[in-house]
Amino acid sequence: MTKNLRVKTSKFIDETYKISFKFNGTTYYGYKGDTLASALIANDIHLVGRSFKYHRPRGIMTAGSEEPNAIVQLHNNTSRTEPNVRATEIEIYEGLEASSQNCWPSVNFDVGGINNFLSPVLPAGFYYKTFMWPASFWEKYEYFIRKSAGLGKSPTEPDPDIYEHKYIHCDVLVIGAGISGIMAAKTAVKNGFKTLLVDEKSYLGGSTIYQNSENFKINNQNSNSWLEKEINEIKKLENLEIKTRTSVAAFHGYNFLLARENLTDHLPFDQKKNKTRHRLLKIRAKKVITATGSIERPLIFDNNDRPGIMLSSAIEKYANFFGVVCGKKNVLFTNNDSAYETAISLFQKGIDIEAIIDNREEIDSRLIKETEKNNIKIYKGYTVVNTSGYKRISKISIMQLSKDGQKVVGPKISIKCDCLGISGGWTPAVHLFTQSGGKLEFRDEDQVFIPKIYPSNQISIGSCSGDFTLDEILSNIPKKLIEFLDIKKTDYEDLEVYSSYNKSKRNIWLLPSDKVIGKTKPFVDYQNDATAKDIKLALREGFRSIEHVKRYTTTGMGTDQGKLGNMHALGIISETAGSKMGELGTTTFRPPYTPLTFGTIVGRNVGEYFDIFRKTPIHEWHEKNKAKFENVGQWKRAWYYPKEGENMHDAVQRESKAARDSAGILDASTLGKIDIQGTDASEFLNRVYTNAWSKLAIGKCRYGLMLNEDGMVYDDGVTTRLDENHYIMTTTTGGAATVLGKLEDYLQTEWPELDVYLTSVTDHYATVSVCGPNSKKIVSQVISDLDFSDESFPHMSFKNAKIGKIKCRVMRISFTGEHSYEINVQANYGKSVWEKCMEAGKKFNITPYGTETMHLLRAEKGFIIVGQDTDATMTPIDLQMDWIVSKKKYDFIGKRSLYRSDTIREDRKQLVGLLTENPDEILEEGAQIIADIKKSPIEMLGHVTSSYYSPNLKKSIALAVVKGGKSMMGQKLIIPMENKQINVTVSDPVFLDKENTRLNA
Amino acid sequence: MFIINCPYCGEREQSEFKAGGEAHIVRPKQPTELSDDQWAEYLFMRKNIKGIQFERWVHTHGCRKWFNVVRDTSNDVIKAVYKMGEKPPTK
Ligand SMILES: [Zn+2]
Repeated sequence: MTKNLRVKTSKFIDETYKISFKFNGTTYYGYKGDTLASALIANDIHLVGRSFKYHRPRGIMTAGSEEPNAIVQLHNNTSRTEPNVRATEIEIYEGLEASSQNCWPSVNFDVGGINNFLSPVLPAGFYYKTFMWPASFWEKYEYFIRKSAGLGKSPTEPDPDIYEHKYIHCDVLVIGAGISGIMAAKTAVKNGFKTLLVDEKSYLGGSTIYQNSENFKINNQNSNSWLEKEINEIKKLENLEIKTRTSVAAFHGYNFLLARENLTDHLPFDQKKNKTRHRLLKIRAKKVITATGSIERPLIFDNNDRPGIMLSSAIEKYANFFGVVCGKKNVLFTNNDSAYETAISLFQKGIDIEAIIDNREEIDSRLIKETEKNNIKIYKGYTVVNTSGYKRISKISIMQLSKDGQKVVGPKISIKCDCLGISGGWTPAVHLFTQSGGKLEFRDEDQVFIPKIYPSNQISIGSCSGDFTLDEILSNIPKKLIEFLDIKKTDYEDLEVYSSYNKSKRNIWLLPSDKVIGKTKPFVDYQNDATAKDIKLALREGFRSIEHVKRYTTTGMGTDQGKLGNMHALGIISETAGSKMGELGTTTFRPPYTPLTFGTIVGRNVGEYFDIFRKTPIHEWHEKNKAKFENVGQWKRAWYYPKEGENMHDAVQRESKAARDSAGILDASTLGKIDIQGTDASEFLNRVYTNAWSKLAIGKCRYGLMLNEDGMVYDDGVTTRLDENHYIMTTTTGGAATVLGKLEDYLQTEWPELDVYLTSVTDHYATVSVCGPNSKKIVSQVISDLDFSDESFPHMSFKNAKIGKIKCRVMRISFTGEHSYEINVQANYGKSVWEKCMEAGKKFNITPYGTETMHLLRAEKGFIIVGQDTDATMTPIDLQMDWIVSKKKYDFIGKRSLYRSDTIREDRKQLVGLLTENPDEILEEGAQIIADIKKSPIEMLGHVTSSYYSPNLKKSIALAVVKGGKSMMGQKLIIPMENKQINVTVSDPVFLDKENTRLNA
Repeated sequence: MFIINCPYCGEREQSEFKAGGEAHIVRPKQPTELSDDQWAEYLFMRKNIKGIQFERWVHTHGCRKWFNVVRDTSNDVIKAVYKMGEKPPTK
């Protein structure tokens, strides 16, 4: 059943290259150069989808990226499936499969179509109002709404395509390769500017390239031939890069733009393979010339949405560019001269035009005269009041407009047709200009917003700046370019231009009808099914701001962002509310101009490249020994090392026990390390830590707590004095970068007089921590020529040593409460030192342990983990760590805040230990804590921050923050869980070895 | 995304920098002698101007230096950049 509605071979279509494709399961043919839309129309298919809310049949309306209706799903049920593709943009290729969206079960029979008949009860805001109540019904509503509404289906498999990002720097970026863009690019390049010209279409020349008419001439040639020569010239220019199928998605401040270069979407499958599909261009241009053209406006009248109703300019493009006839009985409906251009194109190709309905009464226009010469009936001062035809328009009714345009008068006339071209004038495509921060002004004479204030080094030219006729465009461009590019002249000052277009227009935002508005369906936003009636309802209900009306009626909120109907929405609001268009302003156009795929945005940052991760120098060993890893900041840290048949709990229990019974070994390389040098290093530490540092002897280590200026704990770690003016500070794994940043901030901005230098050395060292009663025996075997006696090498001290020829720093410090050593070596020796320790520890059952065991061991000792047991509301006093806050020091970061009225409250949340009544019951971290279950409302006292089963104490232990917890020792509290209550007793947070005897064991 | 002229490195993308809030707020030399209200004024109170604002920025992914920026927050136009310790421009 292949119909072929081709009129005449177009040079843009290669009729020798036949392409087969499928639409809704049926195979059709088109030619190379066709879009899906042009190929469908050539096969006499207009009905392509259903509308979102009322499920009304909808057809192809436009021939470009402004298309609201013809959005399809490509390659359903494959990994390459893609929803919301505009049929007017996708070029057909062999094997293309497309299907309609928004319809269930099929486009021809659609269950949701019932909404159309229910529409009197489906006004604007209906979903907000109705489905909110009763809440328990939502699940039922949701099923129905989602199933029958459906905005296409997301792919469920990984995207098989490749995407990439690319930076481009240029002197001049020209957006849009219509006649204006071509002239601008040529001028820029010829004046020495490195220029990039982009256009969303596959060809250059915009709409002029198919404007083959005696009515538009440049230097005595038809405008299209003149432009063709210009294009051939610029293609030869060096210093000009041209990118077609490249759509600018966003125009940010400082001339930073994002564009999507589409490389393979038009190619058959076998040619897509192993090629980059889309490239996201990040463009930084010294100057931007926007030449994005304009979008034809529809007209708003009753039932203006039937398949077969199209923009007049789209009909012209399908005929001139694709060589396709949109209908056999064509009627045009207009308020300006544009439709006559279409009419002339059509009858030149022998396509019948039944009539032209023009809102205007008397117009002196060359185009109209030429049209009349061809015996086409023109109804002047008339309007369409209704249309009929369910799946395709079949008839229109027209009536005469009253003088003021507010009413219709006289008899109703019916005209049969299968295609209605509508033209409401033109809207400059100012989307990118406003995205960049540009301010618009409203031009009353033809009711358009045009660019007024440019926020960066940019200019708009051509019809996107409000110049709509060929003569206006061609006479303004040279002037604008000379000023903008600061050049002497262009090639275009002396062009002879002949344009038949008359600028007059009779603008009526909502055309009158013989019916009351409540009985009509004049669509303003086709994709979201918002009608003029809905907008009026919103105004009646009190909405005034355009942004509110937009959200309430969903006008302009579809994937097309209301490119067609936004102006009419504004016009109707302005007329109904009696406010001026210029004062109403427009809604905000947000990036992207046309939708981008996630693949394009993500680029190569997928899979293993999604996020960078850091590995310690010992990582390979952990992997080989079957460690499970956890993410800490960007680090992959060994979490636990399960043996055959062990789960996490088993492994952690075994590791924890071994560390206390004999020896454990931990990779602590991820701890942040900051090298601090300078004559004021001690003073600096005094100011950034809560405790005193001046008297720390060389070779000694000290634990420090760092606060924010608001008194809250920020970070902690051990710092070692390596020399008189040299310290090495350790930070938490996750805090390394922010701590360094904060220290630099104070050093550079508050205390620039201090002689201190900070260097991050986290990656320079590997740190092997060996703990447990046998740690000394093991480490002394690895480092043989060092005195390990308690006298020479006591707890909290440091030694420079050597393992063979490898220099190392050994600290006797402990985060487990066990006797332990941290060996720091140059990173690339890390693995070998680790292996040496493993070898030496063999006979002591040295057990590698991960972060989970480390957390358990420190919890037994009541040592906090900043960020787990603290959030940004805990002071050292709240943590029962008063001992580390110096009373003597005059000042340190956060000191003053420790006695603000809020921080001295007795009932602040404070760190305590919790013991469960049943010693085998392990609390859930994050569980809430209460005292009285009967109190209403129940008072939440705090929550559990750390919780473990301690194999060394043989009972469950937990740390928690509890309001006024410090004074609640021994008190019983309750942890309410979903199905039970757990009774706990408040205890000291130190559960094991309060006397610290094990440190010297 | 704007471009910031780091006084040490030159023009770089905004993504290399981090903002550090209002500039020229000096940490009190004797915090212990301040009342709660005076301390709170230093600690919490910051201006959020639509228009010309003096701000601190740091070239995080560059030279790691802090410096001051005069920015019009209504359009992100940077009017001036100057080093820490230098006097803010008057015009
Ligand atoms: Zn810098």
